[in-house]
Amino acid sequence: MIETAIFLLFALLAVGSALVVVLHRNPVYSTMSLVVTLVSLAVLFVLLGAPFIAALQILIYTGAIVVLFLFVVMLLNIGREEIGQHGGMLQKVLAGVGALVLLGMVGSASWGLYGGAVAKPLDEDFVSLTTLASELFSSYLLTFELVGLLLLVAVIAATVLAARPRSGERVEQEVEVAAGPAAGPGPVTATTGDAVLPREGVR
Amino acid sequence: MVPVSWYLLLAALLFAIGTAGALTRRNGITIFLSIELMLNSVNLTLVAYSRLLGDHTGQIVVFFVLAVAAAEAAVGLALFIAIYRHRRTIDLNRMNLLRW
Repeated sequence: MIETAIFLLFALLAVGSALVVVLHRNPVYSTMSLVVTLVSLAVLFVLLGAPFIAALQILIYTGAIVVLFLFVVMLLNIGREEIGQHGGMLQKVLAGVGALVLLGMVGSASWGLYGGAVAKPLDEDFVSLTTLASELFSSYLLTFELVGLLLLVAVIAATVLAARPRSGERVEQEVEVAAGPAAGPGPVTATTGDAVLPREGVR
Repeated sequence: MVPVSWYLLLAALLFAIGTAGALTRRNGITIFLSIELMLNSVNLTLVAYSRLLGDHTGQIVVFFVLAVAAAEAAVGLALFIAIYRHRRTIDLNRMNLLRW
């Protein structure tokens, strides 16, 4: 009884905040309501007997990924997106219909497979971290190591992509110095904007 | 006891919401958030099946999905920063360099 109440409460919370994520025009609000969705899903993970996954969800998603999103949103200073000029109505209607069709397909498939099936009561062996860890570090050890490698590659890629290239920085400063005294403060911004292009050529 | 199929239906609903968001929004960050939403609804499906079948494999797959999602978010956001540096926008309608 109380389990059903908790499920309904957090399911409604998850769906409502997911709608806010998708519908709100300000990305900061979208990101913060994604936090609500993720935390409610973490509660549902606990209900499903996966406390380790719930802890990971809170730590990795809300602790790392969402903070990264917020950081980028604020770094780029993205405001509300302007109202569309590209005939967005047809796109919205088609996307809504497509999403409803997808919902019908996935929903009916999962309902058809296990229509009101109730899982057997939780036992200690299923919830315990020890059995999960022994499975993870025996059958899936190679995958685990490969995921570590993937994260390393991602760190390097993110650093390379987001770092301002040194040679480009030098070009930009030279242009600024060269254009500064001659042209005055007005066109300097234009020349530094153009200096982005030769930097691309360097890379 | 809550039937496991309720969780599956909730996950399908969240996935549909994420799909609609990824298809309609034009702000790159919001599309990325919609994709994260879809990833998470799939995680819910995996954990629900893991619970129903009494098998840990679903939870282990969720573990890997979380790691891949973290890598994807880091690289994707770095791409957005790099694009913003050149185009001063991350509105996807304005990124039409490769449009035919």
